[in-house]
Order: sequence, then C-alpha cells, then structure tokens
Amino acid sequence: MNQPVRVKTLKIDDRDVSGREDETILEVARQNGIFIPTLCHLEGLTSIGACRLCLVEVKGVSRLLPACVTRVEEGMEVYTQSERLQKYRRMVLELIFSERNHICSVCVVNGNCELQSMAQTLGMTHVSVPYRFPRLPVDASHERFVVDHNRCILCTRCVRVCDEIEGAHTWDVMGRGIDSRVITDLNQPWGESETCTSCGKCVSVCPTGALFEKGKPVTERLKRRQSLSYLAMMREGRR
Amino acid sequence: MAQQITIDPITRIEGHAKITIHLDEQGIVRDARLHITQFRGFEKLCEGRRFSEMPALTARICGICPVSHLIASAKACDALLAVRIPETAEKLRRIFNLAQMVQSHALSFFHLSSPDFLLGMDADPAIRNIVGVIQANPQLARDGIRLRQFGQQIIEWLAGKRIHPSWVVPGGVAQPLTAEKREQMLAGIPEAIDITQRALKWFKGILRQFSEEIQTFANFPSLFLGLVTETGALEHYDGVLRVVDSAGNVIADKIDPNDYEQYIGEAVEPWTYLKFPYYKPIGYPEGIYRVGPLARLNLIDRCGTPLADEAWAEFRTLERGAVLSSFHYHYARLVEILYGLERIQQLLNEPDILDTRVQAVAGPNRTEGIGVAEAPRGTLIHHYRIDRDGLITWANLIIATGHNNLAMNRGILQAAKHFVKGDRIEEGMLNRVEAVVRCFDPCLSCSTHAVGQMPLQIQLLSPTGEVLDEVRR
Repeated sequence: MNQPVRVKTLKIDDRDVSGREDETILEVARQNGIFIPTLCHLEGLTSIGACRLCLVEVKGVSRLLPACVTRVEEGMEVYTQSERLQKYRRMVLELIFSERNHICSVCVVNGNCELQSMAQTLGMTHVSVPYRFPRLPVDASHERFVVDHNRCILCTRCVRVCDEIEGAHTWDVMGRGIDSRVITDLNQPWGESETCTSCGKCVSVCPTGALFEKGKPVTERLKRRQSLSYLAMMREGRR
Repeated sequence: MAQQITIDPITRIEGHAKITIHLDEQGIVRDARLHITQFRGFEKLCEGRRFSEMPALTARICGICPVSHLIASAKACDALLAVRIPETAEKLRRIFNLAQMVQSHALSFFHLSSPDFLLGMDADPAIRNIVGVIQANPQLARDGIRLRQFGQQIIEWLAGKRIHPSWVVPGGVAQPLTAEKREQMLAGIPEAIDITQRALKWFKGILRQFSEEIQTFANFPSLFLGLVTETGALEHYDGVLRVVDSAGNVIADKIDPNDYEQYIGEAVEPWTYLKFPYYKPIGYPEGIYRVGPLARLNLIDRCGTPLADEAWAEFRTLERGAVLSSFHYHYARLVEILYGLERIQQLLNEPDILDTRVQAVAGPNRTEGIGVAEAPRGTLIHHYRIDRDGLITWANLIIATGHNNLAMNRGILQAAKHFVKGDRIEEGMLNRVEAVVRCFDPCLSCSTHAVGQMPLQIQLLSPTGEVLDEVRR
C-alpha cells in the first residue's frame, strides 16, 4: 500500500513555501516562481548536480547545497540569491568558459545557447582566469549530427537522455577531471556507432553548440527541449 | 645623411598599417614601403572546423565587408556540395553582394576620402574629416551617409542584420525575399541613384584641381585582373577571370576561376604581414597587377546597365587604353555604385525573385572547393579542402587588398618621390602619401586576416636606420 505523501513546509528567501517530501529545493522554488539558475538540470531527466550553478545556502549547514538534488526538509531556511552565491555562480561560469573554446561569435548556436544566455542572466562580464585553449576534435562522421568537443560543458544531458528516454545508452563519459570527454559507444566515431538510433534527442537537449544538426544555417539551430518532459511522462504512463 | 620617414598609423583606412620612406644622403627619396603590421592566421584556425561553418567563420575576418567573405565562402562550399544553387538564391546573393559594394564604396568615397577632395590635401587635419565635410558641404555629407545607409539597409532587409548576418549558406540562402521587403528596396533606389549622379557630377567638376595627384598617385603601367561575364560585361558574383595590360589589351581571358593557381602566385616579404600576389606567367615582382573598381572598369567591354554604361564610357575617355592613375579608383567607385543600384533594381524586378525555393540541400560531395567573387576592393578567392566528414584540412584565402599590395607599394614610392623633399615631414606631404593608400581603399584586417591595433605613423629614417622624424596619429 502506498504511503501517504507527506508535505514539508520551509522558507525559501524568507518566503513560506511547501512541497512534497520527495521534491527537491529546485522543484519547490520553481513552483513558487523563485529563480535558481541551472545548466545540467533538465526537466524529464535525472538530476545529477554536476554544474553547481544551483548551489544554495541552507541555514545551519556550513557547505553549499545543489538545489537540484537536495530534498526539502521541514523547517529548512533556504537562501538562493546571496551575494556569495552570485559570485560563486559567476565563477562557475567563468571556469566553464575558460575550460574549452567557447567562441560565441562563430558558434552554431550563437543566440540560442543556454550557456551564453546564462552568462548574460547572471551578469558575467568577463573571464578572470586564463583560457586553456585546448585542441579538441570535431566528430562529423555521423550522417546527420556533429559533436564539437570545443563547446561541450560536460553537463551529460546527452548521456542521460540517451539512456533514460531513448534507452540506447550510446553516449557516456570517459577520462577524469579536465580530460573528461563525452563519447559514443566505446569511444568510436559517432558515425560508426552501432547503438545510436539517430533519434536526435541528444542534439535537442544539448545546452550549447557541442551537438548540432548538419545542414541548417548557423545560428538558426533552435533546440526543442520542452518535448522531453512529455516524452518522459508518456513513458512512465506505459509502465 | 640618409633618412627614413615613417607614417604610422595610416588614417582613414580600414585596418592598421605604417609607411616608411627611405631617404638617401641628399634627402632624395630612395624607397618607400607599406608595412601591414597585423597578423591573424584565419587559414590556420579554420582547420578542423566543419566546412558549413566557413561562411560565418570567415565573415568574422571583417566587419565592413563580411558580405564579401560570406559570398566567396558560400560559393566555395557550393563547390564542395557539388550543387547548382536555385536561380532565385543566386539572384538574391547577387543583390546582397551589390548592396555590400554600394555601402562599402560609399564609405570609402564619402566618409574616408571626400575630406581630401572637398577641403584639400593640405587642409588642417583637425577639420579634414567627415565632420569637416558636414560643416563645409552638408549636402555631400548627408548624401554619403544616406547612400551607405541604403546599402546597409538592403543587407539588413535580406539577411536580418547588417553586420555578420548568417543568411548566406552553402547551397543558397536561408530565407526567401518577401514582397514587402522587395517594395521597400525598390522604393529607395531612385533617391540613391540621384545621390550617386550628384556625387559623380561634383567629383568630375573638381578633378582638375587634382591633376598633380592624378599624375603621381600610383600612376604607372600594370596589369588589371578581375571577373567579367562570359560576354565581357561587369560582373561581381560569378563569371570568368580576365587580365588586361596597361594599353587595355586583353592578355588572358575566360580563365576558369578554379584555375586561379595557374595564374596567381603569392610572394612573402619579411617586413610586412601582407603577402604579394603576382601574375605567374610574368613572375615576381614584375607581374604586378591591380584589382578593384579601377581594374574592373578597365577590364570590361561594357557595364550592362544604361546609366552606368554612360558613366563608364566617359570614364574610359580619361586616358587612352586602360586608366592607369590609381586616383581614379575614386571615380570608378562612383560608376560602380551607379551600376550596383541599377542592377539591384533589375534583379528585384525579375519574375522569380520572390520564389521560396532558395536552398539546395546536399552533403559534401567533393573534397576541394574554390569560390571566387568580386569584393568591393577586388577579386576575393576562398579555397578549401575537406576530409571525408567535411572537416576543413586546408584553407587558402586571397583577399582583394592583397592583390594590390605590389601596386600600393610602388604607388607610395611614386608619390613620395614627387611630394617628399628634405628631412622634415609636412602635413600635406604626409597626407598625400597616405591618400595614395586610401585610393585603393585597402582593408588590411581582411587582407592579412590578422589581428592588430589601429592607425598610421610615418617615420623618416637615415641610411643607418636612425629615426630622424616621426609623425604619429
């Protein structure tokens, strides 16, 4: 028999809010119109707390907690917009920008990029650490799609959507730390992947220009991310 | 004691350069050089990128003529796709390219060079600029601004924005033209033609005052190179390459642009980042040739539009054979603006111009592609090689200003010999040497595809290399 769902009451930015016990701070904040920035999170996919943009302060907890994977608790006092958080979030973005070659002006998703618009939203004006300018390959072996590792921020949305929604698990991550890279199958060229169904979900969910479709004019590659929660819902319903 | 004069930075040009003038013991000009001081390396940084990004990538070479790069690059990509693009797309690209020429020529003539014409080469530099023009001849200044705006407006109407639009794509263009935009463009053309004719009349009237400059501003025999149509009319988008000599005789004709490497070589000198293209059958450095508006008007048998044909016929009477004085680049620019406006009007009136099939879709079908078009400053060549997946393995760009490098250097020497005397730099002399460069309307950021910092400096150097006098702007 199902347990009755418990409701927790808490404060976010001094506002009294409530949420189910299985909900995260991020979900409850969004239900109440409170903005918490995210990059790796996408509704319809499992949250993994990778990008650290959604870090929030919780009274009585000394470290910062990622809102996307922290469940609400009774009496919690959450702060989402402190000066410290804003500074850290900008720093996270600066580090992401410096890590690979994010050249907006010539990027295929210039104007339609979540990383770019997040930098604008959070008021990131410059990158204060030196750029690394790594030499990274572009894999255009797939008939329809291209992966450009120069623009990848390792959010792993592609990995999760391929595994959780499409069920193919073509994508994965190899390497550690700064050398991490998303791969198809066992680090084979995408065009030679035997598991890829060419469904294009990974391209749709990619927040940057790392994954894009061939043959469309540059800067007109709009991504359709909203269809994902519907797909997830329908899949759940069939079970 | 021998000396050297350096002009650094050169003003009212697009990009960064300096001039050095070398004097001998008697204070007589021995040599003069144009140094392009910026380096960018676009050909290298394109490697590994997908070919379809090339139009947008190479357009970033220049904020003034991104359209020219878009066109040449997209044509090279069409060759990689091995497709024939829809006719409407070709016409729209032509309008786009001509609009770019109108705005760029207007910028060169009115904003950058008209201060010299209106206020004189010896005028105080504090007023010898577009603001001075506004005060002295508000109508001329207004005309120039209006004409440039119209060219830019057409670009925006077609592509959505004026600078770095991404509308030109491999295989065609991204969006068709709407009837509303077409009417807007057509409505603006009569005024733009009036402005151009007014400027042409004014310029012809003042030519007499500049006879000394006409004689000495890069006025020497050279070859001329550029695109013409199969039938020898003015051409900016496609066509075949033609070369004429200083007497106006055609020495090579109907060259397939894909064979450019057989005719054009590139030499390198240690004192500048800009390469020296030369005409291969003659060799370096004798194979000096000029490109751009002057060259195009020297190459053709006719323009192909009524008003421009009249203006062109009059232009060709300036000299017997080819028009050799680079001062007449300015004149040629006005004739080309007139042609551009008339041609845009013709194209807009074509019955299929609103057709919505404007892009041919294909993957890479060839591993090598060459795209050649006429930019405002001359012949622009994009040449790419790709791998099996369509990633660039090699790129070569020959930019209009580069072709004119030999001619600009020789032109500076000629003007310096005539105007520079003694070991002191006088304002009028300095400005005239700069004005030679300005005739060519060089776009140095383009031609070196390089990075750098702006304006011009003239240095006067002794034979031992000691700086005797220096003017910096």
